[in-house]
Amino acid sequence: MKVLVAVKRVIDFNVKVRVKSDKTGIETANVKMSMNPFDEIAVEEAIRLKEAGVATEIVAVSLGVQQCQETIRTALAMGADRGIHVVTDAELEPLAVAKLLKAVCDKEQPRLVIVGKQAIDDDCSQTGQMLAALLGWSQGTFASKVKIDGADADVTREVDGGLETVTLKLPSVVTTDLRLNEPRYASLPNIMKAKKKPIEQTDPAALGVDIAPHLAVLKVEEPPKRQGGRKVGSIAELVDKLKNEARVI
Amino acid sequence: MAILVFAEHSNSALKSATLNAVTAAAAIGGEIHVLVVGSQAQEAADAAAKVEGVAKVLLADDPAYEHLLAETVAPLVVKLASGYSHVLATATTFGKNFMPRVAALLDVAQISEIQSVVSADTFVRPIYAGNALATVQSKDAIKVITVRGTGFAAAAAEGGNAAIEAIPAGPASDLSRFVGAELSKSERPELTSARIVISGGRGMQSGENFHLLETVADQLGAAVGASRAAVDAGYVPNDYQVGQTGKIVAPDLYIAVGISGAIQHLAGMKDSKVIVAINKDEEAPIFQIADYGVVGDLFKLVPELSAELDKVKS
Repeated sequence: MKVLVAVKRVIDFNVKVRVKSDKTGIETANVKMSMNPFDEIAVEEAIRLKEAGVATEIVAVSLGVQQCQETIRTALAMGADRGIHVVTDAELEPLAVAKLLKAVCDKEQPRLVIVGKQAIDDDCSQTGQMLAALLGWSQGTFASKVKIDGADADVTREVDGGLETVTLKLPSVVTTDLRLNEPRYASLPNIMKAKKKPIEQTDPAALGVDIAPHLAVLKVEEPPKRQGGRKVGSIAELVDKLKNEARVI
Repeated sequence: MAILVFAEHSNSALKSATLNAVTAAAAIGGEIHVLVVGSQAQEAADAAAKVEGVAKVLLADDPAYEHLLAETVAPLVVKLASGYSHVLATATTFGKNFMPRVAALLDVAQISEIQSVVSADTFVRPIYAGNALATVQSKDAIKVITVRGTGFAAAAAEGGNAAIEAIPAGPASDLSRFVGAELSKSERPELTSARIVISGGRGMQSGENFHLLETVADQLGAAVGASRAAVDAGYVPNDYQVGQTGKIVAPDLYIAVGISGAIQHLAGMKDSKVIVAINKDEEAPIFQIADYGVVGDLFKLVPELSAELDKVKS
């Protein structure tokens, strides 16, 4: 079974982001970039499926600027077999990403696509569901457990009330939640080996996909700052303040 | 044009997040219709009809909707959407699951987790774990939107008197099947709608120790939450998680116990009205946003808090 994973290059989760002074977006110059953490979980899950003898080939796809190659290399170093890079300098909305991934899926014919449940930059949480819709496939979002069973996948999902299990007809799109697995670090020999793995390049025009934006970002601002930092000396004082000053208990 | 609000409900009652979504619809402006999809969901439809500001309730009541799978729900919403300028749902795991499917099938963008309405086509939504706010304008004829509950007050549950119109079920789908659910049972209020929340982090050291927080929660009528660290460590189930990728809460009072305050956690609670932090590390980032911080050993301070609450309540 071929498994396709999508990996997004985002500002590293440890970086404190800064809003550009002209309010057009977020400062990305000289900022550390990494693979979206949820996509690392997707790559790890695909590798585990391969190690279990379920997956036969893992294709890592990334969409965007030239440097997305690095993100694909990371996936290859973890254990993906080959990469596809859809090269574009345009800002891609989730719908455009889903359409591009659909075009790739039409060509590659994977039985399973695994993507992160959200990217930690735009926090949209849309791409996997949109891709499933465009392909007419089943979807298992916010997965904390995936079991492939012949023509089906059993997916346990993290939902607001707890956990829910669904059986999905393959082919399917699964989006990963935090508890699905703990991604491995790429070892040095595997990082070296990954340099030799092939990355195919294509672009939106070659895939015949319209990536024109549907949304215009009018401005990006910092949220209002909270005035915190006050300390109280004792629990008795705390309870007094909550009761008589803040009046919340 | 009218606005369609997809109701999240339990068949017998509306989930509170639906009331927030109705307020968002009112802020956009237009006739508000609420869509109730379920199995034996008449009671939920009755409740929706009473919500202030609702003009009409559409009820799709069918055994196929006992478990609302995205593959089944999306085609129904798509079929209805052409009559509306906006389709809204709650930005909960429920709404997040099926709404992007609706948007893709309509070939429009989804605007996720709006927290305020600027105009009928322009909305504010948080990005980067709430460290920035983006104002976005939609060019689509139908705007597909999920609503962050903490951004909008709940609409009044009484005062409306809308007509309920039964509508036929949408096309069936055999792509997926519901197998089972393990839902956390709790007598305490729901995390996202509780007036007071008390959360524990890695500092709790074990799941058993959460009973300290539960005692205080019961004294205050509060919900119990947790940081990702506490969930990952297995102290409490995933549905306790507050943060960028968990639940977003904005109660009147949020008490963070043994939580250092990673930006991912702050993203889920920093809009709370009053924040209390209890932590032994006085350098912990949580103190920077806390209205009241207490530095010290939580295993001593939380029982003290419980005793003190007993005193003031009596």
